[in-house]
Amino acid sequence: MISYEFIHKFSDVIFVGLFFVNNKLLKTMSNSSLPNYLEYKGKYKGIFAWIFSTDHKRIGLLYLYSIMGFFIVGAILGLLMKFELIAPGKTIMEAKSYNAVFTLHGITMIFLIVVPGIPAIFGNFFLPILIGAKDVFYPKLNLLSWWLYIIGAAVAISSQFMNGASPDTGWTFYAPYSFRTQSNVLPALIGAFILGFSSILTGLNFIVTMHRMRAPGMKWLKMPIFPWTLYGTAWIQLLATPVVGITLLMVVAERVLNIGFFDPALGGDPVLYQHLFWIYSHPAVYIMILPAMGIISEVIPTFARKAIFGYKAVVISTLLIAFVGYFVWGHHMFTAGMSGTSLFAFSFLTFLVAIPSAIKIFNWMATLYKGSILLRTPMYWAVSFLFVFMIGGLSGMVLGALSINVHLHDTAFVVSHFHFIVFGGVGFAFFAGIHYWFPKIYGKMYDAAWADTGWIVFFFGFLLLYTPMFYLGIAGMPRRYYDYVPEFHFANILSSFGAFIMIAGLAIIIINLFRSAKRGKKAESNPWAGKTLEWTIGSPPIVENFEEIPEIK
Amino acid sequence: MEETKEHKIVSFKTYIIILFLLISHTALSVFVTQIDLGNLSVIVALSIAALKSLLVFSFFMHLLYDKRMYAFMVAGVLMVMTLVLIITFLDYGF
Repeated sequence: MISYEFIHKFSDVIFVGLFFVNNKLLKTMSNSSLPNYLEYKGKYKGIFAWIFSTDHKRIGLLYLYSIMGFFIVGAILGLLMKFELIAPGKTIMEAKSYNAVFTLHGITMIFLIVVPGIPAIFGNFFLPILIGAKDVFYPKLNLLSWWLYIIGAAVAISSQFMNGASPDTGWTFYAPYSFRTQSNVLPALIGAFILGFSSILTGLNFIVTMHRMRAPGMKWLKMPIFPWTLYGTAWIQLLATPVVGITLLMVVAERVLNIGFFDPALGGDPVLYQHLFWIYSHPAVYIMILPAMGIISEVIPTFARKAIFGYKAVVISTLLIAFVGYFVWGHHMFTAGMSGTSLFAFSFLTFLVAIPSAIKIFNWMATLYKGSILLRTPMYWAVSFLFVFMIGGLSGMVLGALSINVHLHDTAFVVSHFHFIVFGGVGFAFFAGIHYWFPKIYGKMYDAAWADTGWIVFFFGFLLLYTPMFYLGIAGMPRRYYDYVPEFHFANILSSFGAFIMIAGLAIIIINLFRSAKRGKKAESNPWAGKTLEWTIGSPPIVENFEEIPEIK
Repeated sequence: MEETKEHKIVSFKTYIIILFLLISHTALSVFVTQIDLGNLSVIVALSIAALKSLLVFSFFMHLLYDKRMYAFMVAGVLMVMTLVLIITFLDYGF
């Protein structure tokens, strides 16, 4: 039987390994007459030159390697679940192990990867460059955010190594189970609380940076779309994250002090927990998806050789999604026993938030229309993003309908829906972004043939993995079960097979990028003929990005 | 980059007046607890607290003298919070 625990023991090894590979990469890079951020000799040497650097680009890469390390762990956990589900009954693990694996998979993927993901990596690296600034407004606070991220991750993961069982609540920590279970929920909660601080500080930093550090002439409506989406995201990070922080502390207080916030036996209300949790965790979906939309809004115009269609509409829809996204959390609770008024209000608001999302889709399509389309790896990812995101979005509409939701709630359909949105949306946009900005980040080009192969294998595996789960959910297979009736066997085999293919695609992509960063051909400063500011500077960029702050006309 | 506006120097006298108002409103909020206002008591207590917050925002945090945009940003945050509370209580009030 495969124990999931051995994987966590190696997660640190993977993380340190990524740093090691990075340092190896750096020795091979030197392609500018001015010291670029990779060559710059600062106060510290070796790994300390990274973990104590306040350069936004180095911090962006710190996040990239940390998040990639955790992502590999999270993906392996997901693969283990698919191994278990390849046949009915026990396959490789017990039911309790399965509970712990999906909990850790969820906590890792949500709190450590997709929530910080794009803003922390590409936001940190490119926001100052895209608005013509030398750094973020608070560089030290930026570094503190990364440290808090690492500390939060370490505390959350420590729950696996302490005495007692691994957390088994799911990433949602629902009351009353979360304060009754004997598993190590406390460190997981405290870890998530600390991670929240990291998120808040990053959001605050981005808001102040965009208000105070835009280059002369860069009016708000001249900003590229990616910074706009980071702006909407930053406000959500700032306003919604404290709510989950307090909520997680309330669960801690409930476990330790028996206060009675959520415990019905003490006069508490478990549904209140769900309200408080989703007041953050639904907007968190927009923390994840808005910057992903920002990347797509950069990639599509570049490779369609056109300005984005309806710039203002895209900007307004970004802000509308951020705003309306605050008020739809109740659609996670349609079967929790809410009042009829609440059900109606949340269902209505859920349908409402689809409008600005659809505006974006139509604008991207209109940008492609009559464009001189250049099909390169980032564009493949961007176009496939449109495909999977629309499936994810439209299945969300299905779930937003009150009556159907009763049937589909807590089934594999929901799992498929949010993987199409979160993994399909954020993951595909992330890969679009890394293939788009890779030449800028490392000053090297990747092997396009392998990159395209990785994309098609990943895309096919992704569809094969998650599409059968729509069917399984409609047929009645509940989520978070390690067993199922024989009727569901074939669809589960397809899904597990898809997972293996997807992981193979992922391996191709990651190996290709690492190899290319080390041995790739030297990249031009503007290989895609992009129009935004990052393409006007050298690759890799110099320490403070610009020798002189550019003036935007 | 946005132009940096010079900070207004608020007079010592103004700060003392605001401090006095905050203390007197604190006393007032304690005092009204002695009176039985029924359902209104929560509204009165929250109104006094809101007024005090407004004074702190406006004078101590300089929103009154700074760019209007910052006042809008704070107002926007408060509006979002209010809406979240109202929508949450749709589940409890009806």
